[in-house]
Amino acid sequence: MKRFLEFFKPLMQADLGADRVVPPSGFTVRLTVFTSAAMAFLTVFALALSLAADRLATNWGEELARSSTIRISAPAGQMAAQTEAALKVLTQTPGVVSARALTAEEQQALLEPWFGPGLPVDQLPVPQLIEIAETAQGYDSEGLRLRLQAEAPGAVLDEHTRWRKPLVAAASRLNLLGWVSILLITATTGAMVTLAANASLAANAQVIEVLRLVGATDGYIASAFVRRYTLRVLTGAAVGTVLGFIAILLMPGGSDAGGFLTGLRFQGWHWLWPAVVPPLAALVAFAATQAAARRVLGELA
Amino acid sequence: MIELNNVAYSYGGDALLNDISFSLAPGSFHFLTGPSGSGKTTFLKLCYGALLPTDGDVRIFDHSARDMGRDAVAYARRRIGVVHQDCKFLDHLPVNENIALPLTVSGQATPDQFANLQELMSWVGLVGRGNALPPELSGGERQRAALARALIMSPDVILADEPTGNVDWEMSQRLLRLLVELNKMGKTVMIATHDLALIRAAKAQVSARVLRISNHTLQSAGVDL
Repeated sequence: MKRFLEFFKPLMQADLGADRVVPPSGFTVRLTVFTSAAMAFLTVFALALSLAADRLATNWGEELARSSTIRISAPAGQMAAQTEAALKVLTQTPGVVSARALTAEEQQALLEPWFGPGLPVDQLPVPQLIEIAETAQGYDSEGLRLRLQAEAPGAVLDEHTRWRKPLVAAASRLNLLGWVSILLITATTGAMVTLAANASLAANAQVIEVLRLVGATDGYIASAFVRRYTLRVLTGAAVGTVLGFIAILLMPGGSDAGGFLTGLRFQGWHWLWPAVVPPLAALVAFAATQAAARRVLGELA
Repeated sequence: MIELNNVAYSYGGDALLNDISFSLAPGSFHFLTGPSGSGKTTFLKLCYGALLPTDGDVRIFDHSARDMGRDAVAYARRRIGVVHQDCKFLDHLPVNENIALPLTVSGQATPDQFANLQELMSWVGLVGRGNALPPELSGGERQRAALARALIMSPDVILADEPTGNVDWEMSQRLLRLLVELNKMGKTVMIATHDLALIRAAKAQVSARVLRISNHTLQSAGVDL
């Protein structure tokens, strides 16, 4: 605990004298603040993307797992008989919890996004759909296919898994990519601060020499740089986070029609996630400047 | 206070100082002389821990410089006031903040200490110049400000490296009088200079020991002056 507190001492001690001993440098201040703001803005977006992808993967996984569909394409005269036969087979199949034929309204609702409202489903050769709910163990799909072939030749079993799995995998990868992006942005922020701190320390070699001459410890000298860079990055990251937050807020809310693209907004307590970005950026800046200062001061000794 | 035992210092293979033994006793007044490039500044840097000897041992307040960490050297420097020929100020800070810098970095910048600062500025003749920036000062004012900064922590030892190198004779006499006065207050003073006239003038005011660096070694030069 003592070592932990010692590590953060340069940040917690507000020493106005230490803040003034290093000459101000206007242009690099603006660059550091701007870069931190841009990084925080991108982090908020990566966070939103990652969380949206995670929600999508979860939804697809939950909604589509343990469910499948039977599609019956038969001449109009045989449609009802084949539907009845398929439902009978399903009631006798182990692993099937329930099975029901979708109503004409439900089928119309499914087609509406493509054909618009008011579609006369009953006048079109639209296949009849049967929704199946499975037990956790599932059913023997090969056996069911063979029985359906015999009892209802127009029935085609669609297990969903063949197209669900790649979609869930893609959403999971997108989620992972989002987190990798956040890690890369964090590392880039650290690298940027290290470069800026190194340049600043090198440019202030004479200041460091004077401070050492009058009895300043390395900790004191480092704190002058560490506090400066940490506060600059914290300021920039706070501005960038607020802008990112507003941008996400302006995105349309999630809806069934829009799908993934309109579901980028945070949901529930996830709105709190962006608040983590400025302190995280400040922590990265603090650690990067501390390491750079210690290294450069060691080299200048 | 500061001891050098069989000290040698080489840089880039060239010996600058060789087999030097010396002890700076409390309350003493020393001049260190020798031609330019003879190693006077190196000698002083060894005394305040800015350089480590390549051979032998330097002891600063009873601690071997070789065993002192950077923080320990920093604490020792708070007891050693150093005056450089080029003063070494932070040009973006006004003179009074430069003089108070040792207090600031040691966390002793209290109102009482700042009262001492005003007294000190008056003593070195810088009243009214506290808010000026260092580049706005004349050579003499800069040297007096550097002396004030060296004294602000009330150090035990004052090491001055060519303190009169950039000032006229009158100002060098004034600085010398200040250093002699400090020695009479009990401070240990060592001045590195190649100005023999200054040494002669000092000998009339204070009992000073004169050392000379010649052929990389330290010799007593009292008889020559």
